[in-house]
Amino acid sequence: MSSVRLLVGTRKGAFVLTSDGQRAQWKVSGPHFAGWEMYHLKGSPLEPNRLYASQTSGWFGQQIQRSDDGGETWEPVGNEFAYDGVPGTHQWYDGTQHPWEFKRVWHLEPSLTDPDTVYAGVEDAALFRSTDGGKTWQELAGLREAKGKLWQPGAGGMCLHTIVLDPTNPDRIFVAISAAGAFRTDDGGKTWQPINRGLKSPHELPDPTAEVGHCVHRIAMHPSRPGTLFMQKHWDVMRSDNAGDNWTEVSGNLPSDFGFPIDVHVNEPETIYVVPIKSDSEHFPPDGKLRVYRSRTGGNEWEALTKGLPQSDCYVNVLRDAMAVDSLDECGVYFGTTGGQVYGSADSGDTWTPLVRDLPAVLSVEVQTLR
Amino acid sequence: MIRIVLPVHLRTLARVDDEVKLAVAHPVTQRAILDALEASYPMLRGTIRDQTTQRRRVLVRFFCCGEDFSHETPDTPLPVAVANGTEPFFIVGAMAGG
Repeated sequence: MSSVRLLVGTRKGAFVLTSDGQRAQWKVSGPHFAGWEMYHLKGSPLEPNRLYASQTSGWFGQQIQRSDDGGETWEPVGNEFAYDGVPGTHQWYDGTQHPWEFKRVWHLEPSLTDPDTVYAGVEDAALFRSTDGGKTWQELAGLREAKGKLWQPGAGGMCLHTIVLDPTNPDRIFVAISAAGAFRTDDGGKTWQPINRGLKSPHELPDPTAEVGHCVHRIAMHPSRPGTLFMQKHWDVMRSDNAGDNWTEVSGNLPSDFGFPIDVHVNEPETIYVVPIKSDSEHFPPDGKLRVYRSRTGGNEWEALTKGLPQSDCYVNVLRDAMAVDSLDECGVYFGTTGGQVYGSADSGDTWTPLVRDLPAVLSVEVQTLR
Repeated sequence: MIRIVLPVHLRTLARVDDEVKLAVAHPVTQRAILDALEASYPMLRGTIRDQTTQRRRVLVRFFCCGEDFSHETPDTPLPVAVANGTEPFFIVGAMAGG
């Protein structure tokens, strides 16, 4: 019998939600690491009880926690993220150059091939890798040579928030940075190239089609089609069918093409999900209606999924790492809100149920399908 | 023995319930205390001072004997009452927020 485990990071601790394969009844445990900002938790696809968690605090800095028993117990591992060599500078808000300074880990991505290897996306934007289960971290510094001097912080900071590993090619990695754009390596992280051709940012950049500087919010991939990428940009939903070499807009009939998360149905590579948000300054759903939008055509044609979601007076946000899909035959879809609700659907988004209503603001949601 | 009082989140992280008591070489300074603390509790590295620059994190304060020693240099000798264990050395999360 399959079961499902949700790993929920919030502003004030982590929560673990578990259910059997029916996904009708949920048990909530937590808060774990109460009082700390839990930016992201994720399990190894090879050893599902090996979990990594990013624990951070404005007072006491960054910790990385590791569990080897599915979150029952945790051990702090390495928390030293030292940039390689002389860190250099990047663009600051006032147009001056500002030194790179480590602030926190936004995203942890366990390797698809080795449970002791895990990647960390950090602010100020850089990619680190550990090959010893999180004890020590080394920067993949070639990334910052991809015009790093021109990168600049978005409103949330200059963060590397998305890491997508190609399941068919261990040397290929995609990352996304706010506000720098998307980047790809084809040699295991030694060298990187910007992959932003086709993105347009007319209201954010003096050159709307600049090679770097775009505020990419999230990238998603279906593992069966690693050359096809879907992107939620600051504004615009985009897709690429050549591993990011070119992007085309697929916002179609969305009520707003601003948003943060994007994800792909586990069994249908052309079925994708977004949560439209009204605008870059009004971070809540249009018309006070919390709606997930689903496209079964890989974009352009979208349908609103509303059953079970609040359709009036709802002014929460859904952050970029706060949506996930399970891998059961009837795909489960989950997302968390800044209002502390975690919603789940056991039928590919047709109907939704609040799994828990009153957590601290949700920063991230990941799901593990346990068999 | 030097007595060190940690803020609650660092007590949780270090898995200690109460004051930490450590032998610290004289002269007793902030640096000497933090070196001894981090040697005994490696998980606290980076939580009180930056691992690279060794500077106090901006929202951490050091109090003892009713005084704020946060802005003293790391090598300034601390009061005798701290050095002889009569008074604890407080590591405090600064007030921040509304």
